Amino acid sequence: MNLAKLIEFLRNRLKAVKLVCITVLVLLAVTDILFVSNDEAHTTAEHFPAFWSIFGFVGCVLIIIFSKWFGHAGIMTREDYYDE
Amino acid sequence: MNSFWLHPSLILILGSLLVPLVPAGPMKGWLKKGYLCLIPVLVFARILTMAHGTFGDVHFPGVGLGLSWTLVFGRVDALSNVFGYIMSLMCILGTLYGLHVKDNGQHIAAWVYVAGSIGCIYAGDFITLFLFWELMAFSSVFLIWFRGRRESLGAGYRYLLVHVFGGLALLAGMVWHCNVQGSWAFDESFCNLAVHHATPATYLIMIGFILNAAVPPLHAWLPDAYGEATFNGSVFMCAFTTKTAVYALCRGFAGMEILVPLGVIMALYGVVYAVLENDCRRLLAYHIISQVGYMVAGVGLGTQMAVNGACAHAFAHILYKGLLFMGCGAVLHMTGESKFTELGGLWKKMPWTFVFTLIGGLSISAFPLFSGFVSKSMIVSAGFDEHKYWAGFLLLLASSGTFLHTGLKVPYFIWFGKNKPKPETWDRAAEPPWNMNAAMVIASVLCIFIGCYTPYLYRMLPYPTLAAEYHPYTAYHIFETLQILLFTGLGFFLLLRKLVPDPTISLDMDWFYRKGGRAFYWIARKLVQSVDTFVGELYRYAGLIPLMLTAKVSGLFDNYVIDGAVDGFAESFRAIGRRLRFVQRGQMQQTLAFAFAVAAALVLAFLLLTRWSPLMTLGRTREWLVGTHSTASLSVFQRIDQGRSGMRPYRFYQGLANAPITLRTDGRQPVTRLAAPAQQSVGLKIEAVKTP
Repeated sequence: MNLAKLIEFLRNRLKAVKLVCITVLVLLAVTDILFVSNDEAHTTAEHFPAFWSIFGFVGCVLIIIFSKWFGHAGIMTREDYYDE
Repeated sequence: MNSFWLHPSLILILGSLLVPLVPAGPMKGWLKKGYLCLIPVLVFARILTMAHGTFGDVHFPGVGLGLSWTLVFGRVDALSNVFGYIMSLMCILGTLYGLHVKDNGQHIAAWVYVAGSIGCIYAGDFITLFLFWELMAFSSVFLIWFRGRRESLGAGYRYLLVHVFGGLALLAGMVWHCNVQGSWAFDESFCNLAVHHATPATYLIMIGFILNAAVPPLHAWLPDAYGEATFNGSVFMCAFTTKTAVYALCRGFAGMEILVPLGVIMALYGVVYAVLENDCRRLLAYHIISQVGYMVAGVGLGTQMAVNGACAHAFAHILYKGLLFMGCGAVLHMTGESKFTELGGLWKKMPWTFVFTLIGGLSISAFPLFSGFVSKSMIVSAGFDEHKYWAGFLLLLASSGTFLHTGLKVPYFIWFGKNKPKPETWDRAAEPPWNMNAAMVIASVLCIFIGCYTPYLYRMLPYPTLAAEYHPYTAYHIFETLQILLFTGLGFFLLLRKLVPDPTISLDMDWFYRKGGRAFYWIARKLVQSVDTFVGELYRYAGLIPLMLTAKVSGLFDNYVIDGAVDGFAESFRAIGRRLRFVQRGQMQQTLAFAFAVAAALVLAFLLLTRWSPLMTLGRTREWLVGTHSTASLSVFQRIDQGRSGMRPYRFYQGLANAPITLRTDGRQPVTRLAAPAQQSVGLKIEAVKTP
């Protein structure tokens, strides 16, 4: 049950966990801009600062918004739809 | 090569036949458990020890009609071995996971299913491939039916129908292709099917393959079936059908351009539907479609790097997807629920299952140090190398979606989230039995091991030297991946409210056959009803009135003459009916099994008769002999030369003496020694007919 205790420990300090996560994100983007060489980039677009951070975030938001729009356009339906 | 070559599938099939004979009682059940572990381990060991080459040829000399072919059961090379290795490894894990299942049928179905998959992988010709291909479909459907719900019955039938359709497309394509090629060999070369000059036959075979790979629009069977199978049935199913299809595509369709857009569409299609999904196992099923999309795109790219990537990704995918299905299967097994809306907060009860599922989620999302990272990137890199930038970027977008659902949505809404399960669900929840945990531990360790020590996987790939030169762990690649994934995580938590699952289902391509089937029934009913009414009216006017008239006459006759005979007939029909009724009374599955058995018996009987029975053999006719003849009738025997068994009576003709009998031969057979006087006296006429 130690594992459950660890999770509980983290859950009780949710604010600190969030802070750590945000720090990691910022550090990641900053390191990428300052230290990682772009020699391996396939396209010129990737030379934009922190390109992949923006790609990840915008991609995620687009997927969620598009899917939800698609779902509510008539694809999602009641669970007993096929039952009658 | 005629020496005996032990096919790994044979071990599984024979092993599965013995499952019911191993008693579950002795040694506190350990005898049975030991046996269940032993057979998959033997299969794995057999595959490890197989040398490269072609083995297990079975030559069928012409079965009377001039057809002859050679079945090749064992074509062992680098490509088939990497798939054989991972399939047999997954068989060990899947069996271990379901070790406590008491129902023998489930073990048998699972093993025969794996045997089908391994048989396809080592098949060296189209016929063998097709036989094992169908074996997979017909054995795996039982993994759905064994769940025993009303919904699983329907899902199983739909699964079967779709796969029969795919199988028919495959068969038609094969026959067409082989007719053109004049050979049944499913050749070793990667470009055997002439993908750059594809014929309709090539497309038919491709449809058969991509249906099993669940390429939209032929994919709806997958979430339908995998969401409805038993808790460990899905663990098996998620590995074998789609990845065997990926193998077949690697073998025959590397470089088929159309597979690149299809693969990219798949990768995104699965992601979109996963957002909407409320059932965790259906969500994982949609992510199979998404992940197989990468492999299909890799096959379409067709470069050595891309084919390496497709194989590596299939290998890694089988392990992490198995792990994910094990995690969600454990939740289903322990709580009886698989819907996000019925689950939540399980971290208190099943923390280790959470960790294993998370490892699966991180692997599928291609986090550095996990297996997906070293396999998925090969395909994406191959896309960029081929200057298909749109494919590369869209596949990376799909990997953002993968982390969004499998890495975040699944663990969050099952183990955390604001939702509270029902009290009875909550009480049932606990860590699963030891064997399920053990299977998850092994799968987790392998996922991390593959991610950390790349030569293990890379050495097995079809182009190992090229794979050895590929280095996934470069600073740029690591930062690219981490940024995509972690910023996806940011998006997830910011838009969490939008992602809370709704208790809905999503319409997919199966709508067409689920609703279309009903339309068909409706039309059939209406049509049948109107025809029935029409016939009824016709019968009344044309039949009934004259009948009433004759009835009186025949009534008299009936009373005295027929009664006795009819009673006898009726009695015998009742007896036959009693015997036949047991066939109809059982469940549909039993009826179906019975029908398969009858069909198999018929095929066997046909083979036996055509090969060994003198009655149907077309040998060389030597002579026609008149047997008996009188003024009223005559009988004629044809005698043929049966080779080693000597002369045998062949066919027996009987007719009236005064009406000449015409015997036809194909003109090549000598029709000589019929005693001339006899021929004249009985009016026998022998006519040679040229066959085309």
